[in-house]
Amino acid sequence: MNEAVMDKNAPYVTEDGRQIGGVMMDLRDITLRFGGVEAIKAISFDIREGEIRAIIGPNGAGKSSMLNVISGFYKPQEGEVYFRGQKRPPMKPYQVARQGVARTFQNIALFQGMSVLDNVMTGRMGHIKSNMLAQAIWAGKAQREENENREAVERIIDFLEIQAIRKTPVGRLPYGLKKRVELARALAAEPDLLLLDEPMAGMNVEEKEDMSRFILDVNDEFGTTIALIEHDMGVVMDLSDRVVVMDYGRKIGDGTPDEVRNNQEVIDAYLGVAHD
Amino acid sequence: MTDQNPPEGLVSVPHLLARNVQLYGNKPAYREKEFGIWQSWTWAETADEVEALALGLLDLGVNVGDHVAVIGRNRPALYWSMVAVQSVGAVPVPLYQDAVVEEMTYVLENCGARFAIAGDQEQVDKIIEAQETVHGIDHVIYYDTRGMRKYDHSEITSFTDIQNEGRAAKARLSKELNTRRDALGYDDTCVMLYTSGTTGRPKGVVLSNRNVIETSKNSSEFDHLSAGEETLAYLPMAWVGDFIFSIGQAYWSAFCVNCPESAETMNADLREIGPTYFFAPPAIFEGHLTQVMIRMEDASRFKRWMFSYFMEHAKTVGPRLLDGKPVGFKDRMLHRIGKYMVYGPLKNRLGMSRVRVGYTAGEAIGPELFDFYRSLGINLKQLYGQTEATVFITQQPDGEVRSDTVGVPSPGVELKIADNGEVFYRSPGTFVEYYQNPESTASTKDPEGWVATGDAGFIEETSGHLRIIDRIKDVSKMADGSMFAPKYIENKLKFYPNILEAVVFGASRDRCTAFINIDLTAVGNWAERNNIAYSSYQELSQHPQVLDTVLAHVNAVNESVSQDEMLAACQIHRFLVLHKELDADDGEMTRTRKVRRAVIAEKFNDLIDALYDGSDTIYTETEVTYEDGRKGKIKATLDIRDATVIAKTQVAA
Repeated sequence: MNEAVMDKNAPYVTEDGRQIGGVMMDLRDITLRFGGVEAIKAISFDIREGEIRAIIGPNGAGKSSMLNVISGFYKPQEGEVYFRGQKRPPMKPYQVARQGVARTFQNIALFQGMSVLDNVMTGRMGHIKSNMLAQAIWAGKAQREENENREAVERIIDFLEIQAIRKTPVGRLPYGLKKRVELARALAAEPDLLLLDEPMAGMNVEEKEDMSRFILDVNDEFGTTIALIEHDMGVVMDLSDRVVVMDYGRKIGDGTPDEVRNNQEVIDAYLGVAHD
Repeated sequence: MTDQNPPEGLVSVPHLLARNVQLYGNKPAYREKEFGIWQSWTWAETADEVEALALGLLDLGVNVGDHVAVIGRNRPALYWSMVAVQSVGAVPVPLYQDAVVEEMTYVLENCGARFAIAGDQEQVDKIIEAQETVHGIDHVIYYDTRGMRKYDHSEITSFTDIQNEGRAAKARLSKELNTRRDALGYDDTCVMLYTSGTTGRPKGVVLSNRNVIETSKNSSEFDHLSAGEETLAYLPMAWVGDFIFSIGQAYWSAFCVNCPESAETMNADLREIGPTYFFAPPAIFEGHLTQVMIRMEDASRFKRWMFSYFMEHAKTVGPRLLDGKPVGFKDRMLHRIGKYMVYGPLKNRLGMSRVRVGYTAGEAIGPELFDFYRSLGINLKQLYGQTEATVFITQQPDGEVRSDTVGVPSPGVELKIADNGEVFYRSPGTFVEYYQNPESTASTKDPEGWVATGDAGFIEETSGHLRIIDRIKDVSKMADGSMFAPKYIENKLKFYPNILEAVVFGASRDRCTAFINIDLTAVGNWAERNNIAYSSYQELSQHPQVLDTVLAHVNAVNESVSQDEMLAACQIHRFLVLHKELDADDGEMTRTRKVRRAVIAEKFNDLIDALYDGSDTIYTETEVTYEDGRKGKIKATLDIRDATVIAKTQVAA
């Protein structure tokens, strides 16, 4: 078992009135190797229902690899992933997605030539039940389904305030907006767990503030659990309920922002201390 | 005049609503784009929504004569709010949604609002902050529920909840509602609007039902507005124009008011709706023209040639066709071709294909700008008005449209020009009073009902049209006694897409100088095409090539001004390009984007001194207010350029 920082099974209410439930995802002794390189070394931590969980660490610490393990893209050589109390067998990413996990990417993976609306619609893939033939001939059920999906997408477009670019091809958008569209697509899947890989990388202060507000709003309005990787310490400390700190594939800290901030090992990792 | 009876017993807006339900029950009254689809409400549905809210307000304890603040972007729900408030005998006070907390605090305090209806969380937050000093507010109602869940709901309720409570209490309260609605009188207050105030604190202008209904009736008849019109409501709800167009005239004529999805989608929504009756201040038309010009510069050579060829033709023929004057066969045919190739698609692009009556007001419009739209075949007209007149003082009848006049007196309006040139009017729309401010009321409106406009003008003898020269306090003399009318020059400068704003100085001076604001859209686009890198507005504004371009514009204006004998002395000798955009948040402009000269002169007095003392550069620090209310300082060294002035003697020769 991992070194739990608080009683796992006790739900609590945060200062700003959000419900934090029990453990949603539990990662136990995860080790991931690429050939001889150990990207992740026996890391354990959990993500609780309704919380905003940050994974931070210097470049190459293994943060993105960790996220890829959660999303099912990488299969760890050792360790187990428990999702909602059940041990998760090795799964394809789409199967993980069906379980209610959606993600965004560090280097934006949208369809550049498609409109914002179409891109966000692709996020609804998992919600389409009618078969290909019905869709091709636009039969009753497929039509109804598309209308429902379009409505769900429009609510997200409204929520993220991107109405003005609804019909704009993604390739023509500035970087900050593309990030928002990616978030929209992830939200369109109506995930229970949302994984954000550096949602604020390369943004200016104003864009970061906007994005932070959207992340908080998503968590608040939809009750979505969020796990995010971020470099900007200020943002992380303000946003998240709990933080995991990684360095060279190891976990060096885990706890509330305040606990992590005062952890000597974390300070060393960020300020730079000679490694042996 | 004041003893006129209400037409057909229609004494208030709620009464007009009841009539519209009878006559046009199934016709759309409101549309709003939401979730990508135009949602619509018929007059019958509107009456239902308004009634539910009015009952809810009764349940909440709104009394006759209470003031209820309404704040938010143009949405049907907020228009219903105003009518619901009127239905229970209270007075709606729409506030500017982009007002910062201090401005809002002042107005809420001044009108003594007991209730506030806010569009969304942002406005609710501002009201809550204002409540630190304003203690009169009992309850806040919000429409958009987003982000509101965690708020303490003891004194805050959502719009739908109020409506639901109202519907539930219908049996109990509908009698009271009917009594209150029936008790509404023709001389009761219809609405209270705060003037943006180029000088001093905003004042609450009290308009009666008589003011609003008579004015709406007269102006609707003037332009033959019918129930078939479509308008887009996008101008601030706190502005008298929006109140008259989107409530007064809309309820009188029973036409449909369309609300855009968001401020950013305005242009796309305009295109989708294709309004038949359209109103915009010159800044909007300028913005559209700038965008067209930018896109044309990026277009292929052939398109550019076609555009300039047909626009040139339209300039000579278009306005004459619009006024029904004779045009030769060849010109007519060429215009027809141009319509298919250029004018039609362009009008469609601008969302003005269906515009039957278009108005511009608020500021004088540059003649070149005005002619551009007229030559496209858009029936753009000018009107002259103010809050105190319930908008209309003069307007241009179809077929008598010119860029240099503001038209003939509107129906029911009397005009007179004082000895000093100031324009006075008297009309059924003349406001009742400034709220709790008898001194200001007395100094503006005399016992006979004549109101001073504060504008200098004269009536052209040949046409009977009014011509406005400038604000009476701005028109002054230069040191040598020649006339100085800054706005005239500024408007000429502002016609150039690169120039967003200009402020000309010269009163009691020996020569004129100017501050220029560049238009970031236009100049930014130019910089991109010419591979000019810049990191900020400030840096771009001081780029030598930008200064050269502005210099060329100033020289061109000087040349044109030198042709005018009266104003030849107003040519600009020296100018600088400001390092920041003039902004209402910094108090440099009003919320309706009118320049506040006194504030600017005081704030930038170091820059003005530099314009006159002959120095080539000037270092300055300026305080700026960010959108969230924080303040900061920007520092800059500005270049000052000399413009070419054409000597007076040369003109006389």
